[in-house]
Amino acid sequence: MAENSAVETATEPAAKPSKGFIKSFFDFFGGRTLRLNNDLGAMGIFFFRSFFMIFRIKQIPEIISQVYFIGAKSAQIVLLVGFFTGMVLGLQLYFVLVKFGSVGVLGTAIALTLIREMGPVLAAIMITARAGSAMTAEIGIQRISEQIDALSTMRIDPLGYLVSPRIAAAVISFPILTTFFDLIGIIGAWFSGCVLLGVNSGTYFYRVVASTAIDDITGGYYKSIVFGLLVVTICCFQGFFTHMRTDSFGAKSVSLSTTSAVVISCVMILVSDYVVTSFIVNV
Amino acid sequence: MDEQRQPLIEFRGVSKTFGTRNILNKIDFSIYEGEVSTLIGLSGTGKSVTLKHIIGMLQPDEGEILFRGKAINKMSKAEWNEYIGQISYMFQSNALFDSLTVFENVAMPLKYASKLKKKEIEKRAMARIEQTELTEVFDKYPSEISGGMQKRAALARALVTDPGIVLFDEPTTGQDPIRKNAILGMVAEYQKRFGFTALLISHEIPDVYFISNRILALYDRKIVFQGDPEEFESLDHPFRQELISSLESLGEELTGLYSKRHFKVRYQSDLSQRRPDATYAAAVFTIDDIDRISADLGHDVSQQIIRSLGSYINKHFGAVGGFSSRQTINEYATVLPYSDIEEAERIMRDFTRDFQEHGMGGIEAAMANENKSEECVDFSVLAGLAQGKPQIEIESVMEFARFNQKEIAQFSCARGGKAS
Repeated sequence: MAENSAVETATEPAAKPSKGFIKSFFDFFGGRTLRLNNDLGAMGIFFFRSFFMIFRIKQIPEIISQVYFIGAKSAQIVLLVGFFTGMVLGLQLYFVLVKFGSVGVLGTAIALTLIREMGPVLAAIMITARAGSAMTAEIGIQRISEQIDALSTMRIDPLGYLVSPRIAAAVISFPILTTFFDLIGIIGAWFSGCVLLGVNSGTYFYRVVASTAIDDITGGYYKSIVFGLLVVTICCFQGFFTHMRTDSFGAKSVSLSTTSAVVISCVMILVSDYVVTSFIVNV
Repeated sequence: MDEQRQPLIEFRGVSKTFGTRNILNKIDFSIYEGEVSTLIGLSGTGKSVTLKHIIGMLQPDEGEILFRGKAINKMSKAEWNEYIGQISYMFQSNALFDSLTVFENVAMPLKYASKLKKKEIEKRAMARIEQTELTEVFDKYPSEISGGMQKRAALARALVTDPGIVLFDEPTTGQDPIRKNAILGMVAEYQKRFGFTALLISHEIPDVYFISNRILALYDRKIVFQGDPEEFESLDHPFRQELISSLESLGEELTGLYSKRHFKVRYQSDLSQRRPDATYAAAVFTIDDIDRISADLGHDVSQQIIRSLGSYINKHFGAVGGFSSRQTINEYATVLPYSDIEEAERIMRDFTRDFQEHGMGGIEAAMANENKSEECVDFSVLAGLAQGKPQIEIESVMEFARFNQKEIAQFSCARGGKAS
């Protein structure tokens, strides 16, 4: 047995020469960087081609239909999440502020937190979960069942038909839903802070109104528009090119594209939140 | 003759490889204007890939595709738009939008790619829906209708723009025999009516022969034959062994009728051994005005009439050693190799009586069942007999039988849709 093993070992092919750490490092990260660069370029072209096709008369009914889907149908979940987020914020901030005897500024803390940051970010994440995933799945299925190819053969631009109305609808819906989130969040914090924990309601609402500047509101809207554009572009892009995936095919590729779309969208919301905030703060 | 005409679409040395798998290897073929060309081949040999090259969904790795002599990859944007605007494509999987109704699917190319008014779009879409017998399901979603109806909806969508070139990717897949023939008949009828150039992918051999001007055979990554269906029947190539023979034997077992090629083979094998002075009888049956039946009552009704006649012919003439074949869309030929003309006349009388009493009754019921609009079309069935000898060409004997044809059964609307 031992002899056999020795023979087998002797006949094994010689091991490949090592590439070296530096070369392996650049191979790995260089390849990834190039792929990322290609994907970002493709996504940029995808976005601009779709965006410029928004401005056509025939898009109006489709845009209205998408506003209903992205906006109206997401309102319930956004309101629910907004209310409980506000309640939790009210609760946490109350117990922090009470240590310093400054529960009177609860309204200020809630309003600025929600309007500047939490409202746009959480509303966008909720819309991604509800509408963004559905967009990817729908477009992905249309791709694998040749419906998108059929559009091309009918001389209908697939980007104009499928993506443009969604981009327009996102630009309309995201700020509106963010507003709802902010308002219901403020009410949620009032409920936990004032109704349950006894902070004066008049003081609370006075602080909310007095400490909120117009720049805070417009800053929140800028963010929600950027998030809307990002979410729709990423989700539609993932669905549109689901057939180009190399790791899976068919229904599996649609499911993985949907997962990727949600994960990438959420990450990009947080990354872009920092970038936009930097611009707003510096301006 | 083909060399004298300019092809409408021409493939020159087109190759296509996906990854390491070569699908098309320098294929050359031509499609001519106003003709129905059918691309046949085994599954997975690149027929759909070939079609997708024509509409630019795939680009060849090598070679070029010419439209009226101009390479499509060298066209300007305006030329490309004009070219692609003439083409409709019917997908193998139908590619209907499952979130839109049948009407919305059919109207889609007009709604988004034309400047027609809403009423005109509705009128044209509904006309196509009626022609494809989908009126009852126009407001249903694709998932709510049968596979056959989905196929017809895709056909209606492909034809709604009145295209100059229509590419049909297996239009009859998943259809029952009656609907399959109805769809092929519909393609032939629309092609005649609108004069478009059609390129079909089909496995329906020999049915596609009746509607095709040209057959293109794709085998082992090459076009191994292009020419008319008659020439294709005598093709000596392994492709014939693998595809044609199996399909024809199957067809024979199912219907009892022979394909045109088997009909000729059987004729030669049965009669070549006979003495030169031996006689046999031949009959030719024709349904007149089949186009009008298709147009007024629908393709399903016309196909039921044709099939009903075929089964009665097989029942009566097959019992005495006769063999039959469908020669054209509305004509059957029968050879009775061991019967003289007197015996053939006696069998014909029995056949006529049975067909009038039962066959036409069945057709009448089928018409009442299928024809919801209660329209009626007069038509008659003609039959003629002729005597032949082994040394005479079968075509000449059949021509003589056609000359002797007389009416054996009539369906008259004036008598309340009664047969006589």
